[in-house]
Amino acid sequence: MSKGVVWKANLTALLLSASVISAEADGVKIGYIDPLSGPFGSTGDAGLKHFRYAANEINAAGGMGGMQVEVIGFDNKLNPKESLVQLQKAIDQGVRFVVQGNGSSAANALTDAIAKHNKRNPGEEVLFLNYAAVDPALTNKKCNYWHFRFDAHVDMKMAGLTDWLQNQKDIKTAYILAQDYSFGRAFTDAAKSMITEKRPDMKIVGAELHPIGRVKDFTPYVQKMMSAKADVVLTGNWGTDMTLLVKAANASGHQVPYLTFYGGGLGAPTAMGQSAVGLVKQITEFHENIEASDEQMARVDDFEEVNNLDYYYERVFTLMNMLDKAIDGVGSVDVPKIAATLEGMTYETPYGEVTMRADDHQLIQPLYISTFSEGVERDVENTGFGFETDIAIPAAATELPTTCKMRRPS
Amino acid sequence: METVVFALLNGLIYGLLLFMLSSGLTLIFSMMGVLNFAHASFYMLGAYFAFTLGQHTGFWFALFLAPICVGAAGACVERWGLRKVHARGHVAELLFTFGLAYVIEELVKIIWGKFAVAYEIPPELNFSLFKLFGSQYPAYRIFMLVVSIAMLAGLWYLLKRTRIGLIIQASLTHPNMVAHLGHNVPRIFMLVFAAGCALAGLAGVIGGNYLVTEPSMAFSIGPIVFVVVVVGGMGSLEGAFIASLLIGFLQTFAISIDSSFAEIFSFAGLSADGDVGRITIASLAPMLPFILLVLMLMLRPRGLMGEREF
Amino acid sequence: MTDYSLDRVPDLAPSARYKFATRVLPLLLLALILLSIPLFEPSRTWLSLFNAIGINMVFALSYNMLLGQAGLLSFGHAVYFGLGGYAAMHGMNAIENASYDGGIWAAFPMFGLPLVGFAGGALAGALIGFPSCRRSDVPFAMISLGIAELVAAAGFMFISVFGGEEGITGDRMNGIELFGLSLGPLGDVYWFIAFWTFVGVALMYAFTRTPLGKMAQAVRDNPERVKFVGYNPNRVRYLVFIAAGGFAGLAGGMSAVNYEIFTPESLSVIPSGLVLLMAFIGGARYFAGPILGAVVLTYMQSNLSDYSEAWLLYLGLLFIGMILFAPGGLAGLLLSGTAALKHSLSVKGLLRVGAFASSALLAAAGIIVLVELAVRYSNGFGEAFEPFGLHLAPDQMMSWVVGLVLAGVGIGALKVLSKQGGMGS
Repeated sequence: MSKGVVWKANLTALLLSASVISAEADGVKIGYIDPLSGPFGSTGDAGLKHFRYAANEINAAGGMGGMQVEVIGFDNKLNPKESLVQLQKAIDQGVRFVVQGNGSSAANALTDAIAKHNKRNPGEEVLFLNYAAVDPALTNKKCNYWHFRFDAHVDMKMAGLTDWLQNQKDIKTAYILAQDYSFGRAFTDAAKSMITEKRPDMKIVGAELHPIGRVKDFTPYVQKMMSAKADVVLTGNWGTDMTLLVKAANASGHQVPYLTFYGGGLGAPTAMGQSAVGLVKQITEFHENIEASDEQMARVDDFEEVNNLDYYYERVFTLMNMLDKAIDGVGSVDVPKIAATLEGMTYETPYGEVTMRADDHQLIQPLYISTFSEGVERDVENTGFGFETDIAIPAAATELPTTCKMRRPS
Repeated sequence: METVVFALLNGLIYGLLLFMLSSGLTLIFSMMGVLNFAHASFYMLGAYFAFTLGQHTGFWFALFLAPICVGAAGACVERWGLRKVHARGHVAELLFTFGLAYVIEELVKIIWGKFAVAYEIPPELNFSLFKLFGSQYPAYRIFMLVVSIAMLAGLWYLLKRTRIGLIIQASLTHPNMVAHLGHNVPRIFMLVFAAGCALAGLAGVIGGNYLVTEPSMAFSIGPIVFVVVVVGGMGSLEGAFIASLLIGFLQTFAISIDSSFAEIFSFAGLSADGDVGRITIASLAPMLPFILLVLMLMLRPRGLMGEREF
Repeated sequence: MTDYSLDRVPDLAPSARYKFATRVLPLLLLALILLSIPLFEPSRTWLSLFNAIGINMVFALSYNMLLGQAGLLSFGHAVYFGLGGYAAMHGMNAIENASYDGGIWAAFPMFGLPLVGFAGGALAGALIGFPSCRRSDVPFAMISLGIAELVAAAGFMFISVFGGEEGITGDRMNGIELFGLSLGPLGDVYWFIAFWTFVGVALMYAFTRTPLGKMAQAVRDNPERVKFVGYNPNRVRYLVFIAAGGFAGLAGGMSAVNYEIFTPESLSVIPSGLVLLMAFIGGARYFAGPILGAVVLTYMQSNLSDYSEAWLLYLGLLFIGMILFAPGGLAGLLLSGTAALKHSLSVKGLLRVGAFASSALLAAAGIIVLVELAVRYSNGFGEAFEPFGLHLAPDQMMSWVVGLVLAGVGIGALKVLSKQGGMGS
């Protein structure tokens, strides 16, 4: 080996290590754009704690591709326009990965703005990792290459709920109640078409939309359901609309299953209390009483102790770990390459294997239907109540066809 | 038949809850001309106070203590806030209470947290009283009915049959004359404001566990209370009572009507696929009070039973 | 030939120099500021903040046409902002479609969309204002609240017009380019916003000088006298209302191009409340007040939330403080501060203003410490509040004492100072 070559090799090594150092100094910045103040501040705050916890875990294990992860919170006040202002702030601060979940309107605004940004600023691409916005359009009609969704969307969850209904032959009539906005309507449409398809013998005795956040007393709605002799109620309600509905149902003695998406949403178990026991069912990718390894249970316990908050978003950990895996593979923050790696990636979560479907960037994961019950092993929000699994739906069964025609940058 | 009976019963309960909330505001509004934007915030404070006190004293003591605390808070707000802006007119006062509503909500979030608290119906009242057409009727609703009717009676007695009531009524219509007679009108204002807030607090105590006790509860019910007061008319408790029931009935009846605009206006060729045809009467129910408000202000600004325009 | 009678009357008309200094100079200054901002090469964050401020300036000024000029308190001004914005948004999509299929919209430049917004807002103002302007004061406020609730609900119901919850989106990079601006990068959009901000501000200022603008002030102060001199106050209110709606729509149109999205939330009572706060905190009595308010509140809204989750509480406290102690708003405070300095440009005068400012700062610091401690205490994560390297833990008595002392001393000093006769003489 001649002297010159050694010298060259040394220089390359030096340059390489320098580039590693600079990348380390930059780190991986994740911009969390969700409401952190105002009426929905609590929900956004909970999500942020999940992301921060996951980031700490990854950093303790060496970071993403050797780089430290930082999660920066940006308060979008659940407002689409404010989300765009915060997006600009995030990009300026060096954020290349945007995570968001609350509100499909903010998600739609972000996916649109990020696609435009990436087109107008090549070399500064940003990825949008969606952990909770469930509008089906995001991975169907409005899908775009820079958006990845880690939550099952409305139609997938509805498919799960109706699969369960298929085996409940004594349930003959259904009532659908949802909030009057795009999610509520998507919920109602999905419920109607899937029930008709899977249970042609079942009768839909009512389908109703009510204005979001404006109904104080749901008793009249419940009594409509009772006089329509509904055997099951499907509701897309969340937040106060959900808890008020369950309270009214219990007070009127309406003892039929209430199939929900958000029955276990943060704060709901406390507000519903005893009135929801045996009544409320939810479909989620996680609840605390799903059997899992001791390691996972220790993580749940530690999270709850550190944050004084229930462990709720398993998908946040899935998201972070899959991003970790992708960046580890690419070795740098090269966003287009990371996006390409995420496409079709499979990953083993504590609750089974998940896949990021390449066709529409929708995560396919196992789902669980569970009932709000008393005397469970692990309770939620220190209420003494918790969820108990009715059935587990394997990942493959939740898969639905997509209308997405993914256009990939050349 | 079934629908009508239920709509009547539910409308009555909801209407009475609205009345409890709005009676205090009517008092304040007619006497001081202040449309208190923060009134629903005092309702929220009532619920939260009852939740905290109830943990130490139980529900029944809280039922009395919490409204008193809310009244005291109201007195402070009047003494050190409203009174200062009083001289600058009603718009300044309205703005002051508008800001106050923001501040109270944020303070509640800091003190009690951002999520709903577990303020529940007392176990003594948590049973169903009777069964009607296969649906249970909870005892707590009847309790609410009793409390609100007792409140109505007490208020009526106080205003019409006692000396204090006489002075208050006189200050409603002739504040200057009352002052000339040697009564301390600012103090009467403070007491009325405190009493009005206490009434809202009482509504909070019995409404907070029936509905949900959370930081946004004031924001969600606030506008409806204005509607009641404006529709009922200035200076008229009777008007507020009728307006509350009217709104209660209107909403619950509308919910039980399923027909959509397409069905109603089919003669005009309205299709069920369009945006307009899709709307059902039931989905419009929560908007009805506001339609009533706008119509009332335009057509009969003094309200149903108002003694004067405002 | 000289007319002696005229000679002897002193000329009360403002001098040309005074007119220039009070009427033209401020606008020139604004233009200068707008032109010089890009020289500093602001980052994306700053550019998008400036764009938001420009939009809010026009919006808040249009609101103040009602509140400050005509004395009408509205809780639903965002309705006109939103409807104007939606009109512009539909215009944007029409331009995009016309760029493929041709049509009349193909001749309309994207740059002119705020005019569509203006037309939409003014039309909405004309329709809604007709019944509501027959009343004033509290009934007007209540009608505006009711209408705001109704329109906001309609925004979610009529999907074909408002696009439901996710609203409607568009692409501003279509149609004819004006001034060589493609409107793609934020820098281009800045020029677009700056242009329309200036046009909006100048026109609204001009409006205050028109007979209608002057009559509006008369209606605010004494509607009865207005009737006596032969004007119909309702009509004056109505005309001002339409103009205010139009300018709100202009701001909506600017917003549509800036964000390329419009959602029904922008019609709701929340933005209506925010614009009220802007106009009032800035100072509704002064033309420039809402401009100040827009700058401060827009900054607070998008940046204060980075530092404190209790920013809404600060906003509310600021608002209440303004109502109680400084009804002239920020503009009033600034003016009385400079007036005090002008009045007695002495060491004593400077000391007075300085004393006022520092005790206000002290009180604010105390309140901030208390609030931040309370927030951290209630969150219960054991975080400490660490301003300027201090370590204030919520579980230590000492931290609370610091806050209480700061607030107490500040408020006490303010009280003593104001007893000595205010900030002025």
